[in-house]
Formats: sequence, C-alpha cells, structure tokens
Amino acid sequence: MNDKIESQEKLSDSPIIQIIEMHKWFGDFHVLRDINLSVNKGERIVICGPSGSGKSTLIRCINRLEEHQRGRIIVDNIELTNDIKNVEKIRAEVGMVFQHFNLFPHLTILDNLTLGPIWVRKTPRAKAEDMAMYYLEKVHIAEQAKKFPGQLSGGQQQRVAIARSLCMKPKVMLFDEPTSALDPEMVKEVLDVMIQLAQEGMTMLVVSHEMGFARSVAHRVLFMDFGQILEQNTPKEFFSNPQHERSKLFLSQILH
Amino acid sequence: METATISVAATEEIKPPLTGIGVIGWARKNLFSGKFNTVLTLLILFALVKTVPPFIRWAFVDSLWSSESQACKEAAGACWSVVTNNFRFILFGFYPYDQQWRPILAIALLVAFVIYSHSRRRWNKNLLIAWPLGLALMGIIMHGGIFFLPEVETEKWSGISLTLLLAIFGLSAAYPLGVILALGRRSRLPAIKALSVVYIELIRGVPLISMLFMASVMLPLFLPEGITIDKILRAQVAIILFTAAYIAEVVRGGLQAIPRGQYEAAEALGLSYYQKMRLIVLPQALKTVIPPTVSILISAFKDTSLVVIIGLFDLLKTTHVTLSNPDWMGFSNEAYIFTAMIYFVGCFFMSNFSRRLEAQLKT
Repeated sequence: MNDKIESQEKLSDSPIIQIIEMHKWFGDFHVLRDINLSVNKGERIVICGPSGSGKSTLIRCINRLEEHQRGRIIVDNIELTNDIKNVEKIRAEVGMVFQHFNLFPHLTILDNLTLGPIWVRKTPRAKAEDMAMYYLEKVHIAEQAKKFPGQLSGGQQQRVAIARSLCMKPKVMLFDEPTSALDPEMVKEVLDVMIQLAQEGMTMLVVSHEMGFARSVAHRVLFMDFGQILEQNTPKEFFSNPQHERSKLFLSQILH
Repeated sequence: METATISVAATEEIKPPLTGIGVIGWARKNLFSGKFNTVLTLLILFALVKTVPPFIRWAFVDSLWSSESQACKEAAGACWSVVTNNFRFILFGFYPYDQQWRPILAIALLVAFVIYSHSRRRWNKNLLIAWPLGLALMGIIMHGGIFFLPEVETEKWSGISLTLLLAIFGLSAAYPLGVILALGRRSRLPAIKALSVVYIELIRGVPLISMLFMASVMLPLFLPEGITIDKILRAQVAIILFTAAYIAEVVRGGLQAIPRGQYEAAEALGLSYYQKMRLIVLPQALKTVIPPTVSILISAFKDTSLVVIIGLFDLLKTTHVTLSNPDWMGFSNEAYIFTAMIYFVGCFFMSNFSRRLEAQLKT
C-alpha cells in the first residue's frame, strides 16, 4: 500500500461537485474566501492546512451542514439553495464521516446502518439489513452488528460510521478529519478501510493530516489557509516541491 | 528465574479485603461509625420507639372497622368505619347508586390496560390503537345513553372516577403537547418560536387555580349565548394546558443535552426534519428526561384535586363531603389517610414504572 494506487478507471470529465466563487462568513469572520473547486467523478482529494484554515467548513458546505453566503455550489447537477428538498436529495447522495463518528447511541450497529436506507431510500427492511451486513463485513466488523456504539472502540466506531455512509450508496464521500479523534493504534484500521474504498473508485474529499494516506491515494492535494485554497497539486509535486510559502512552512512542521 | 516468580506472584488472584462481617460488622459500619452517627442513630431509634407502637395500636389494635358512628365515638382507636360505611360515596360520589357498577367496570378496564402496558415488550402499533379505543369505551360506559345504559350526565361524575379521568386524559394529552411546544421553542422559524415562548412563559406565570377559575367562570362570559361547554371538559383543558407548559420546559432541557453531532449525522444521511426528530433526537432526549417528566406527571396527578374550588367533586371533595355528615364529623384523620393511600398508590405506581422504564431503556 506504499505506492500510489493506479486508478484503473479513467476519471470522468463531468464534475460531480462544482464550487464557483464561494464565500462564507461566521458573523463578521470571513471563513471561506473565493473558493473555486471542481471535483470529477472518481477523483480523490486530500485537503490539508493549519487548524482554523476553513478546510472542515469547506467540506461541510458541500452537504450544506454549513450555508454559504455567496457564490454557487453544484453537486450532482443540483444547485444548493434554501430549497430543503434539494438539500435532502443531495445529502442522500453525499456520505459524510465525522471526526467524532456521531453514531446514534440509542440504536444497535445494525440499526445505525439500516436507518438511512429504510427511511430515506425506502428500502425494505430485509434488503437494508442484507446490505448493512455486506458493508459491515467489508469494514471487518460484522460480528458486532447487535451491539450498541458505546460498546465499541473508537476505531471500530469510525469503521461503522463509514459503513453507515456506504449503505446509502453515495456518489461522493466526505471525510472530516476521520482519524484525529482516534488512539494512534486505531488509525491504521480506519485508513485501511479508506484505502480499500479508494481502490474501488469512490469519489472522496478527505480533510486529513495523514500525509502517508495523501501520498498513496490522492489525485490532488489542496492546501488551505486563511479561508483560501493557496495551492493545489499532485501529492508528489506538493510534498517534494511546495510552491507557496505557507505550504512550505506547514510541511516543514508536520513532516519531521 | 526471578522474573518468572515475579510474574506468577503478580497474576495470583488477590481477593478484595473483607470489610465488616455479619450483622455486627454491618451495624458498626453503617450505624455507629463515629460519634455523630452513633448519636443520630440513637435519636432516630428513640423517635421510632415513641411513635410507631402507639400508631399501630391506634390503627390496628384499638380500631373499629365496621361499626356505627356511635360506637366509634366511644372507641379509643381509629374509626375506619367512616371509610367502610361511606366507601361507595367516597369513591363514586353522586354517580347513581344502582349504576355504580359502571365506574367500577371502567376503572377495572383502565387498570387492566395499565397492567398490560406495563412491560415495554408489549408496546406495538396495536396497543397504540387499543388505548384510545379503550379510553373511548370507558367514556361510553360512564356516560351511557346508548344501548341499555341510561345516561349519566357528567355533573354526576365524581369521586375516584373523576380524579382518574382528569389525570389520565390530562397527562396523556399534556405530554405530546409539551413535546410539540418544546420543539416549537427550539424552532428556527421565528413565529413558531415566539408563539411557543409566549405560551410557555404565560402559562408558567399563572397558578393552576387561576387557570381553573378562568376556565369555569370567565370563559362562559365570552361564549355566545346558548353555547355551553361541559364544566369537566373546561377543567380538563385547563389542566392539560397547564401541565404541557411544564413538560415543554423539561423536554427542552433534554433536547439541549443532545450533542450537535447527532443532528448533523442525521442531516448528513438525508433525513427530513420529522424523521430526524422522531428517530434520532426525541428518543434520546425523552429518555434522559424521564425522571423530571415523571415528577411533573405525579404533581399534575395530585393537582387534579384543585378542581374542588370550581365545584367539581373529585376524590378529595367526596371525602370532605362525607366528613360534613354530622354522624361522621371528627373522623377526618381516618378518612384522609384512606384518600392519601389512594393517591399514594397512583403516584407510587408512576414512579415505579418510570424506574423500570429507565432500566429497560439503558443502553
């Protein structure tokens, strides 16, 4: 898994996510400035940058957990507006994995996974459960299906969270610092699942400081600071030859 | 070699120390640990010796259970005859004497429903439909006017049937209304939020008694002539509106305790507002607020006795009326102890039920 995965499929040219001149403010604080980003189907992007740079806010805008105030965001040919029906449609197509897993503690693992398919996709329960077991096996955790989230370790919970998103058969997966809340020995099991997902051609946007992961699976690395995308390049170029002063400084601090 | 012995010693099972053996050990640890606790224990023992045996003699040894009032006046102990002789009036009040099998049947039905629903395993859709049907059936049995049952106007409903009626309908309507108000108060729509806040603050700023007065005295003044709303119904609505405001605030506390991430995870899956609330937020929020909710329900149950001030004859009032009979004057201790026992059974059942529910919902 050390070498970069050669993507078997050719990247499709039609962008699945398009962000055009997007701005966002928290009160008076200008958190995202003039973001332009186009993501093709099958593309894998790792977003890095110092904390407070706006990277989490950026991916949270894509499924409208945060509202943008200027510019346009178009996901899967639907523009994100205040129309809640459109937003719900997009959210069903865009999976999200959170830093703190956010599993539903009152439901079993199996029910966590079948909730979306049953209520949003209207899948019959039996079929939803089969699908849930398929994805649980995929993240190597099928034997825990009847347990509750509180009985699982952090790494297991995060793998369940990934499987929960996959059950919706999303077109895009967003990862918001998926390994930063984990104990060091659990990071690998989660990254392995994400690498496996990358190999299958999932479109992924990953906010992460796991540079090894970025090297091995990303097509593109975005570097953000001050709410702007300061640099984007292939991982190879980005790590060996960063252009921007901020990226050089950032890399020198995290790569020892 | 040495390391081997160390590791064996470390894995050897060590039992926890034995603290306090037998009755003496227990008593020393729990009753007589230190001077202050010893004094306290002795004081309480003294108080118990002084009060419990005389009470038992009064209530059980010297007491009369089914005598005439004259015999009671000469007896040294309790006169339970005030209860046994007026049993049916205390429980059913002015409900026609020969028809009193109907409230008995209705209450038996209610108790059966409650006992059946006690276990969470039996909760399903059928039961949810059966409850309103059952309550309607109880109403028909009480009110009559169809089949062979003669009609009994609601003015005659009194005693325990009135108390239970006000409590059951009051609590089961106030709870959902309170949940809706709590959601309204946290709504992002300003009109709904403002309406909920005004409602909750207004109702909480007014005593229940004044709401009952308004419902019984003022409301009819505003109604067009010829239209009257049943007096019990008016009291019932006042109780519902009042209790709902308190439940709303408790439920709001529960909603605020749910982490932001739960909302976000539900939204990220594409769940709609109602699905998010029903499947993710409310099940967790309502579970955490079971203890304060039950406190409110218990106090609302007891507060139904305030309807006496607008002239309804609930359990407490029928007890009171019994005591105004010259024969039975002066036996209020016995009569009120009996009534208190009935209230206690209801309240104890509720708190016991809530404890079991909490245990069952623990994950």
